[in-house]
Amino acid sequence: MALSDKDRIFTNLYGLQPWSLHAARRRGAWDGTAALIARGRDWVVEEVKNSGLRGRGGAGFPTGLKWSFMPKQSDGRPHYLVVNADESEPGTCKDRDIIRHDPHLLIEGCLLAGFAMGANTGYIYIRGEYYNESVVLEAAIREAYEAGLLGRNAARSGWDFDLYVHRGAGAYICGEETALIESLEGKKGMPRLKPPFPAAVGLYGCPTTVNNVETIAVVPTILRRGAAWFAGFGRPKNSGTKIFCIQGHVNRPCNVEEEMSIPLRELIERHAGGVRGGWDNLLAVIPGGSSTPLIPKHVCDDVLMDFDALRDVKSGLGTAGVIVMDRSTDVIKAIARLSKFYKHESCGQCTPCREGMGWVWRVMERMVEGRAEIEEIDVLEEVTRRIEGHTICALADGGVWPVQGLIRHFRPLMEERIAAYRARHGSPQPALPMAAE
Amino acid sequence: MSGGENGGATHAVDEAERREQPAHFAFDEESERRIPDILARYPEAKRASAVIPLLWLVQDQMRRQTGSAWVPKVAMDVVAARLGMAPIRVYEVATFYFMFNTRPIGRYHLQVCGTTPCMLRGSEEVARACRDATGIKAYGETSADGMFTLTEVECLGACVNAPVLQVDLDYYEDLDYESTVRLIESLRRGERPKPGSVTGRQASAPAGERTTLLDVPGE
Amino acid sequence: MAKVTVDGIEVEVPNGATVLQACEAAGKEIPRFCYHERLSIAGNCRMCLVELEKAPKPIASCAYPVADGMVIRTDSPMVRNARRGVMEFLLINHPLDCPICDQGGECDLQDQAYAYGMDRSRFREAKRSVKDKYVGPLIKTIMTRCIHCTRCIRFSQEVAGVPELGATGRGEAMEVGTYVEQALHTELSGNLIDICPVGALTSRPYAYVSRPWELRKTDSVDVLDAVGCNIRVDSRGPEVLRILPRTNDEVNEEWLGDRSRFAIDGLKRRRLDRPWVRKDGRLAPATWPEAFAAIARRLTALPGHRIGAVAGDLADAEAIIALKDLMAALGSANLDCRQDGAALDASRRDFYLFNTSIAGIEEADALLIVGSNPRVEAPVLNARIRKRAIAGKPFPVGYIGPRVVNLTYPADHLGEGPAALRALLGGAHPFAETLRKAERPMLILGRGAVARADGAAVLAAAWRLAVETGMLKPDWHGFNLLHLFGGQVGALDLGFVPGEGGKDLAAMLAGDVDALWLLGADGFDPARIPPSTFVIYQGHHGDRAAARADVILPGAAYTEKDGTYVNTEGRVQRGYLAVHPPGEAREDWRIIRAFSEGIGRRLPYDDLAGLRARLVEANPVFGTVGTLERRGGADLRGPAGDPAAMGESPFVLPIANYYQADAISRASDTMAECARVYGSGAHARLAAE
Repeated sequence: MALSDKDRIFTNLYGLQPWSLHAARRRGAWDGTAALIARGRDWVVEEVKNSGLRGRGGAGFPTGLKWSFMPKQSDGRPHYLVVNADESEPGTCKDRDIIRHDPHLLIEGCLLAGFAMGANTGYIYIRGEYYNESVVLEAAIREAYEAGLLGRNAARSGWDFDLYVHRGAGAYICGEETALIESLEGKKGMPRLKPPFPAAVGLYGCPTTVNNVETIAVVPTILRRGAAWFAGFGRPKNSGTKIFCIQGHVNRPCNVEEEMSIPLRELIERHAGGVRGGWDNLLAVIPGGSSTPLIPKHVCDDVLMDFDALRDVKSGLGTAGVIVMDRSTDVIKAIARLSKFYKHESCGQCTPCREGMGWVWRVMERMVEGRAEIEEIDVLEEVTRRIEGHTICALADGGVWPVQGLIRHFRPLMEERIAAYRARHGSPQPALPMAAE
Repeated sequence: MSGGENGGATHAVDEAERREQPAHFAFDEESERRIPDILARYPEAKRASAVIPLLWLVQDQMRRQTGSAWVPKVAMDVVAARLGMAPIRVYEVATFYFMFNTRPIGRYHLQVCGTTPCMLRGSEEVARACRDATGIKAYGETSADGMFTLTEVECLGACVNAPVLQVDLDYYEDLDYESTVRLIESLRRGERPKPGSVTGRQASAPAGERTTLLDVPGE
Repeated sequence: MAKVTVDGIEVEVPNGATVLQACEAAGKEIPRFCYHERLSIAGNCRMCLVELEKAPKPIASCAYPVADGMVIRTDSPMVRNARRGVMEFLLINHPLDCPICDQGGECDLQDQAYAYGMDRSRFREAKRSVKDKYVGPLIKTIMTRCIHCTRCIRFSQEVAGVPELGATGRGEAMEVGTYVEQALHTELSGNLIDICPVGALTSRPYAYVSRPWELRKTDSVDVLDAVGCNIRVDSRGPEVLRILPRTNDEVNEEWLGDRSRFAIDGLKRRRLDRPWVRKDGRLAPATWPEAFAAIARRLTALPGHRIGAVAGDLADAEAIIALKDLMAALGSANLDCRQDGAALDASRRDFYLFNTSIAGIEEADALLIVGSNPRVEAPVLNARIRKRAIAGKPFPVGYIGPRVVNLTYPADHLGEGPAALRALLGGAHPFAETLRKAERPMLILGRGAVARADGAAVLAAAWRLAVETGMLKPDWHGFNLLHLFGGQVGALDLGFVPGEGGKDLAAMLAGDVDALWLLGADGFDPARIPPSTFVIYQGHHGDRAAARADVILPGAAYTEKDGTYVNTEGRVQRGYLAVHPPGEAREDWRIIRAFSEGIGRRLPYDDLAGLRARLVEANPVFGTVGTLERRGGADLRGPAGDPAAMGESPFVLPIANYYQADAISRASDTMAECARVYGSGAHARLAAE
């Protein structure tokens, strides 16, 4: 059973209606917000916990639990809510639609989440490229202020809440929550060492929670319709609805809000017009944004789109950016391009990532041509293992997983490519012993 | 000890870079009008938070004043002084974030998303169209007439509308070779086509008939 | 305390310690590049990764706080693999130009590659090359060697207080530098060479001079300021090739000022390497016996009270006591060591010492600086003040002196001269209240503030302020004098000031003596010496005073003799002979001793041991080498002088040009280049911006 329109949270995902407060209210936004707040901070956190909502930014950490890490009482330091709108994971473009077409869901969510964590101030960190989206968001915030929904006694809830937009300037790494905080503080977006975690020492040294746009934007509807309603979708521990971004070699790429745990094949065929040339023309899918390893067709045939099912096939739901590749795809090149992305976006702080991502990309470029030795596939694999898990943040992990996935599923193709190159050109490099380093 | 290996390492390339740097920068009236609002967003003692917004103001103002949206070094110093930051901390920020141009660019900044989702949908054709229509040979270059600078950028976050070209701050989506050439020609004529999908598709909805949101309350 | 198990060894470490510290407590060596115990933690090199039980990934031990019951492994396959990986990544883009690298032999990257790396490379791509940066005349940069540990960035920001270095760009294109190709505005830049773990930042003057294994290393002590920085003098044959700091947490931690490090080429130039005697108005080369005879002829003809002696700023205690004893034997009490005319009261040590101690600065909670720019007068001590200033707890600093001084930490400018001091004394200025409310307030009085006509009044006023604001307590002494050179305090400790009926320098220069023995004293204008005065100049440099001499006795510089020095805190330290004095030059006390014998008034010590026994006899403090007893301020009675007699003229800072402040640095080409690049007011100008 597919999700029906009455159970969709993002009813203006495509911008068929105006984003304005007036239109948003008619769609149900800002309905009874004060009454929700009146039920208390603990109730809000409990309700979110019970809904089973897991973070929609990629890591899938339970949202209510994350909120509960914030100090119950302020020690004098302010608390901050920071919304991560630095949507930059290749394959992901869902938050953009929320911001430009339904910003009031996000704004209302900010008030509720801010209240739940004792924050009187929120910042929405939006990626620099989303300039036009930021213009809409700022206008919507202005509307909310003018309507008394933000500021002192926001929405007549008794809670004071200020909300600001902070626009970045082009750095994928700022989607990492501590890099985002650094950037918001006016520094380079270099992830912080943890511990301490942001809930203890975050923005300006104060308790801070960073949540993804989609995570925050679903909160008002969850609170209005009840945790059980949200938890009723998807499999246990994978509950709710979710925006999927279906792209690549499909007939009709699109964003769509669907039920969690929907089968991948159904998702693609129902909403995106199916794989170009038919399901059998499918080569592989990157199921959750660029950091998640690809899965070959035979896995795609019956895998479910949720956190646990994709983890079980050594991939992940990530941000639910579904990148579809048909049989015409040069999959080595497709992954090599991702390596270039991660090399470009490495902040440069940690040795393995700064040095290793460039190495991986350069080897991958040779693999695209086949200008390599067969043994270098193993070297490549080992280099990725020496990067993975050895850095401050997860950028490098996300950067090497696609390569590991490629080797896992398409090693024979890589070997063929090398053999073909050799057949054309002879040995790629003189087999001299390499100098000791 | 004058010059020496390091002192003398300021080569000809640097000389060219130095020449393009203006000697002076000051925020103009329009920028000044926007600064108080920006500063008001952050606690008084945390003014450094405004560094990216102020660098944006600089880049905007340069576009307004010179037709080239970039951030000269002297402007970074102005931002540092305004925010009470050490200049090097501003240099770090200005060079870390990819959207700040630390050298002059053409009137239109053609930014081709080259990352895999766009690549799968034909971004290489978009790039080729950009080269053909502007005469630019490679990424990083500015056309001879100073109209266009071509840059490859990483995922722009509009993947279901791939391939995407960002012109300055506007996204043009669902492009192919021909539509890209048409877009560039209209820019050359001084027109500014409406951003978004060039195929007339509704945002991120699937082309043709929608599968969802057929029955929603509202207007 | 937290109990932590490291490789099966249980250790107890304080809560808040890092895993790396716990590993070291267990005797485990943890390799590291970015971690430096005197800098903030960056955690970026990833070399110090260790395995924490139950953690899925290795952790950065330098940054990870300990918790009770932690089980750490430093030698597991996970750890070995991580280290090997980091080494491999660091080396793929490193040029491996070790054969021509000045860091060779003392390179962390080399050593750790040897210990933890692999014996081959698997990297087949082109290596990155990075354009070298200009950061000043003292540092040579070869940035392709940089491993991006950011130690230099953190040092310049945190210790030196000049946030001018940074990392621009990102990812593999990230580059360390100033971005604008300018010389770093710090007197502590040489320390960048020491903290750089690779050959990216090396000494420019020392470039390609020597391999470290060719050097003879002599532990010693610096005298070019009054901090008494502990140093190592590296020499080859007769030449001092470089000077490096030695760690002494109580004095210089591990830092050294640029003049003290880089003025060494001045040790080779303008040297006095043979005796000279003035004949027919002109100085002519002479033998030692001729020189001694010329002096003896003159001195023995004079009554003692017509002979005077002045001790120079870099003199060792051995030479000073020998000269004092010689003067006593000649019947003279005309002694002075205050070439600047500072109105110092030598009657009690705490009147002229930095009583708080350098390490004690870290305990202070308020500071008033009067007539001093410690950044220029004692850069390493100033770094200690900055360390305190950024330590977190509030540290109000007041400053009285010329405007346009950047101390590298925030300071309230209270005024330019004695008027501000007067306002504080009356309690009229709010900063007096700040000092009074502090638990451990301190005051630094610059030597320049008392080297003036009303110096005694300023000294007395400063002392009275210290008393009034509670700086003197049984367990805390907040009154401090900041001296400028390594020989100044030792001379005061030995009472090298006018004795009973003796004349001071001003009187001696006014014609009250007929013969003047200058022991390296070239800190005043020799034109002030009356033409009729017979001048003996004993010293190592043909600086301004030597030209005025009638007889020149070539002495030894501080690197060329075993000598005792007392730093501004009153800490007695020893320097050691690293190279022999050039030519016929001799250790200074031996010259005086030999002369005394020639005139039949043999000084009663034949060797260094005997002389040092005499030092202890003259002042028992010379028996406490190396250690410093922390003083309390129990005796509130102040130095002579009437605070009311303070004048109005603003304080003038004594060192106008950091790079050329003494005979050695004035002879140094390196220092001349620094003076050219930085100009005399370059650092100050930065402050005004």
